[in-house]
Amino acid sequence: MSHLPIAPVLVPLVAGAVMLFLPRQGLRRGLGVAAVLAQLALALALLAQVADGTTLVYALGNWPAPYGIVLVADRLAAWLLVTTALVALFALLYAVRGDDQAGPHFHPLFQWQLLGLNGAFLTGDLFNLFVFFEILLIASYALLLHGRRDPGRTRAGLHFVVINLLGSSLFLIAVGTLYGVLGTLNMADLAVKVAATPPESVGLVRAAGLLLFGVFALKAALLPLYLWLPAGYAQATAPVAALFAIMTKVGAYSILRVFVPIFGPGAGPLADLTGPWLLPLALGTLAVGSLGALAARGLRRQVAYLVVASVGSLLTGFGLGSAAGIAAGLYYLPHSTFAAAALFLLADLIAKGRGGLADRLDPGPVIPRAVTLGALFFVLAVVMAGLPPFSGFLGKVLTLKAALGHPLLPWVLGVVLLGGLCGLIALARSGSLLFYRAGPTNVPAPGPGLSALAPVAGLLMLILGLTLFAGPLTDLTSAMAGDLLAPAAQIRAVLGSEGQ
Amino acid sequence: MEALISVVIGVLTALGVWLVLRERTFPVVLGLTVLSYAVNLFLFAMGRLALGQPPVIANGARGYADPLPQALVLTAIVIGFAMTAFVIVLALKARAELRDDRVDAEADGPGEPGEEQP
Repeated sequence: MSHLPIAPVLVPLVAGAVMLFLPRQGLRRGLGVAAVLAQLALALALLAQVADGTTLVYALGNWPAPYGIVLVADRLAAWLLVTTALVALFALLYAVRGDDQAGPHFHPLFQWQLLGLNGAFLTGDLFNLFVFFEILLIASYALLLHGRRDPGRTRAGLHFVVINLLGSSLFLIAVGTLYGVLGTLNMADLAVKVAATPPESVGLVRAAGLLLFGVFALKAALLPLYLWLPAGYAQATAPVAALFAIMTKVGAYSILRVFVPIFGPGAGPLADLTGPWLLPLALGTLAVGSLGALAARGLRRQVAYLVVASVGSLLTGFGLGSAAGIAAGLYYLPHSTFAAAALFLLADLIAKGRGGLADRLDPGPVIPRAVTLGALFFVLAVVMAGLPPFSGFLGKVLTLKAALGHPLLPWVLGVVLLGGLCGLIALARSGSLLFYRAGPTNVPAPGPGLSALAPVAGLLMLILGLTLFAGPLTDLTSAMAGDLLAPAAQIRAVLGSEGQ
Repeated sequence: MEALISVVIGVLTALGVWLVLRERTFPVVLGLTVLSYAVNLFLFAMGRLALGQPPVIANGARGYADPLPQALVLTAIVIGFAMTAFVIVLALKARAELRDDRVDAEADGPGEPGEEQP
């Protein structure tokens, strides 16, 4: 048994623990960047190993599934791991310029956040998913509050913590019910057992499944459970907000992992449990996020609403339920993560150049290095709004193509296109206000240096890469969607021969 | 016994939900705690209630008490304990910074007039 699947969990765990004993910030920074680079290399190695469709199963303590806990690395998990490591790398490169100074333990918390994220993507057990959720959440609570003293941030943090604790309670109730009825929490085993639910228990399992959907919808910021996101993300410091761009994707990933293979088309009496819910809610989320972006009074809040809208676009693809829809969503996922992270970082650079106005959308002085920042903002607005020639456009085209023939096609077309238009108008308005209607500058502050611009440019390069290699990458996401919709091979890999 | 446990879980859950919906942070924290009691009891009961059974295995026993929910509930208790500790500290921090213990307190809450915002 290769130990590769557990390495992305162990590296941040050990790195974070070692950092606690490093006295100097410089050492912590170096170790942090090295650990993230190691995670990126591991994620790429995993992706290379599983790209042909093999499923790596790691039985912890060598207890065979379904009795022990397993980690399952397949193409989908590796894809998410690579996305996480890339976002984390650029967020960390931005943070080491000084944003990590505001609190003593930024770097260990950053690593443990990655530990939770990597674990949530790799686990093959529902209770273990809960544990990794809690790890990533408690790290995120502390990271969200990281920064200079700010009462608004504390309040947003309190809301975030309380609503997520409630979500955790619901998660446990759902997990308990599933275990009580079906006697297993291993996801592959659940996929087999849910399909064979005895008729008298169908109602209980359905209730547990929908409770789980509620919890994942909360994590993914799906309508109507998105209200914690705009305030929280707008208040977080820039590198933290950039890293949080991946957090909503954990919810989306869990929806995919649980509601396609377990409660999906093959689930017998419980087939397609969330089918009637997911697509309308995703479209609603997209609409609300776009309207919120139009109404936002601050740039960071606007970007946070665009994150909500991008969750809507992503889940629209998943909600279509077809292989093409899921593949489109999975292609859109890294794009929206990189774009949101880059915009959060750029918004911070803009806010720092505007003195007391910060990111409020009011006319202000000319920002130092306005030409460079303006050009970056222009390109990122085009990327975020999903205009050609970038990957967001390709993702939306793929989603719309997958929606052809779906009964809700007019709604999908209307909301996705109008949502893109709203996002574009919102960003164009902010851009013209920040860069054209600017008055004479009064503080000759030095502009952001190359080290501040590099992470934003790096994320932009990734989006360019997604666009240039769209062909092979969409082939890969189509294969992932195929794995999810036909899980038999993976279930065999996890459970061995006795599971069949 | 099943009926008693169900009633206890139900009452605890109702109490927790009601407290979480209160306006001030202290009842909300209490509500989260009570809710986690209810959840822990529920998880524990999901292994079925059995009296006089061996924990895992014993000679001549006709059944066993399911050990898995006990492991789950132990994990849930530890996590819930840590989260409660965190949320209490956060509630105190919010009380100090916002000068108000309401969940939706404004940043410039009803502090004493003339007091300087640090």
